[in-house]
Amino acid sequence: MPSTAVRPVRIVVAKVGLDGHDRGVKVVARALRDAGYEVIYTGLRQTPEMVVDAALQEDAQVIGLSIHSGAHMTLFPAVVEELKRRKATDIIVFGGGIIPDDDITALKKRGVEKIFTPGTPLQDIVDWLRKRFPDSPAK
Amino acid sequence: MKVRARDAKEVWKEEFESSPARDDGIETSTISGIPLQPLYTAGDRPRREEELPGQFPYTRGIHPSGYRGRLWTMRQFSGFATAEETNRRYKYLLANGQTGLSVAFDMPTLMGQDSDAPTSRGEVGHCGVAIDSLADMETLFDGIPLGDITTSMTINSPAAILLCMYIAVAEKQGVPASKLGGTLQNDILKEFIAQKEFIFPPAPSMRLVVDSIEYCAQEVPKWNTISISGYHIREAGSTAAQELAFTLADGMAYVDACLERGMHIDDFASRLSFFFDAHIDFFEEIAKFRAARRIWARWMRERYGAQQERSWKLRFHTQTAGVSLTAQQPELNIARTAIEALAAVLGGTQSLHTNAMDEVLALPTDRAARIALRTQQLLAYETGAANTIDPLGGSYFVEALTDEMERQAEAYFKRIDEIGGVIPAIEVGFFQKEIADAAFRYQKELELKRRIVVGVNDFTVDEEEPIDILRIDPRLESQQSERVRDVRRKRDQARCTNALQSLSRAAAGTDNLMPYILDAVRAYATEGEIMQAMIEVFGTYTETAVV
Repeated sequence: MPSTAVRPVRIVVAKVGLDGHDRGVKVVARALRDAGYEVIYTGLRQTPEMVVDAALQEDAQVIGLSIHSGAHMTLFPAVVEELKRRKATDIIVFGGGIIPDDDITALKKRGVEKIFTPGTPLQDIVDWLRKRFPDSPAK
Repeated sequence: MKVRARDAKEVWKEEFESSPARDDGIETSTISGIPLQPLYTAGDRPRREEELPGQFPYTRGIHPSGYRGRLWTMRQFSGFATAEETNRRYKYLLANGQTGLSVAFDMPTLMGQDSDAPTSRGEVGHCGVAIDSLADMETLFDGIPLGDITTSMTINSPAAILLCMYIAVAEKQGVPASKLGGTLQNDILKEFIAQKEFIFPPAPSMRLVVDSIEYCAQEVPKWNTISISGYHIREAGSTAAQELAFTLADGMAYVDACLERGMHIDDFASRLSFFFDAHIDFFEEIAKFRAARRIWARWMRERYGAQQERSWKLRFHTQTAGVSLTAQQPELNIARTAIEALAAVLGGTQSLHTNAMDEVLALPTDRAARIALRTQQLLAYETGAANTIDPLGGSYFVEALTDEMERQAEAYFKRIDEIGGVIPAIEVGFFQKEIADAAFRYQKELELKRRIVVGVNDFTVDEEEPIDILRIDPRLESQQSERVRDVRRKRDQARCTNALQSLSRAAAGTDNLMPYILDAVRAYATEGEIMQAMIEVFGTYTETAVV
């Protein structure tokens, strides 16, 4: 029987940038919650600073970012930089949205661990987290 | 004879039930979850009086001549980077046979911010054109005679400002406002419900919408003052019936607000227009469009007592479903878009945007944009779809589905009334939750392969061929920021400050704000400054996030 002391991984999911398209982020948040993770959804129009604040306050291990406006090359790395500035590089960052292949390579180089593009099965995201955090209790 | 017909149907039923069925586990309900019969017959359609196009309740179309009189307007939504670049794209589209313009603005413009605002970083020119002041608008329409074309502008919270900029550009071209034709999206309710590009709280947001409707009724009589939009509701994950119901409920909320202002229904109703999604479930979409006309006509005539026929007619623009496009095997999007566009045409749309195959990856390239436009031309001129009015009218299936759409919409109207109306329903998150639930249900069906998206959860390929996409030059942001700073340096500052102060004072009172906004625009106040002058009085809105 798993120890009750082990807490599920906490994930802050956030919409960065100005666009309000929140279908994807909400579907992913629900799926991660159903999979047994603790999910905190920040809501819309979060600046990189606000996202990192939320992650530190919530003691989250993971930040999930969603964007559909095309500003990912600016805002995703800005979250990683803010984590560095706040000495919180143990928090890992993943993202999703309308992100072309070339940009994915560039974002990974800049510290975004994983990008999920349109059409990704929810189970792929869950599987990735399971692999990344094998000790987290899960449903 | 009647007895024999019934027997024949019973025979069919027995034969159907004893035939082997496919056991692939794929849903046979519509994409929205409406259960479907394998066959519809005369018995599925309650007898109703014959409906005809151009006649109440307009189920079969608002024009007696359908597309024989006039084809739909081919209106491709377009805008990116700077006003110069977008102006070039407009001239290209017009030269290729496009018949109306439709402006896509970038995120800072949609959110009422200037390009040099700190929160605009990374966003300038990405998902539309960057417009900061009248100077940009002059460039955008340079060499395009505004008296001869119609323009649609997809803008909501700052809609009044952009409309004033358009009016001011026309003035400079010598075109009076009374000659201008076009559409302003200006639909703030669906922003609170679905797309979330709100700035002010609901009450002052509604005031601005009513101000623009009231102003245009006098000064810009040919302008469609609002495009009440289901598109964004659908794209956010709603079902077809939710799209239909929430959109028409929004429409009625605007009507109520205008009546409260003291306007007469027949003075503004005919300038209200609608905007729907054309999703991939072909027959359901056609039924949705037909039901929309019937419901609106009935409500306008019977509930609101509109006397003039033109007030009863629901006119709509359609865009094919962006959300149905796939990043995988993107060429398939051409086929999807063609099918969706055909549904819009068979549903009797007044104007149409067909998505480009690469829009799931970025803004369209010239080539992809041309294929999308050509798809409409192909429908109009090759397929024969425009030759007969409402060709699916009388189809047992489509008529039954039209009735079902109407029934589901009416059930939603009752629920919204019980909550106290559209704005209270927004404030308690009713629409947001209904939509999120529907989106999640659909996603689950995909995961379980009870629905198939070709190239995504079946019929996949191992190696995707890369396709060319449009890239926005990263230097654009600093150039555009410099441009807006230049406008601020060169204008008559005293005149601009006065106009902004007058606007703030008027916002605190009850005057129609349009003339004040127009003055500020003419004085080259920037969009961000004009918004700020109103934010000081109205404040801003934050939604409680519901997952």
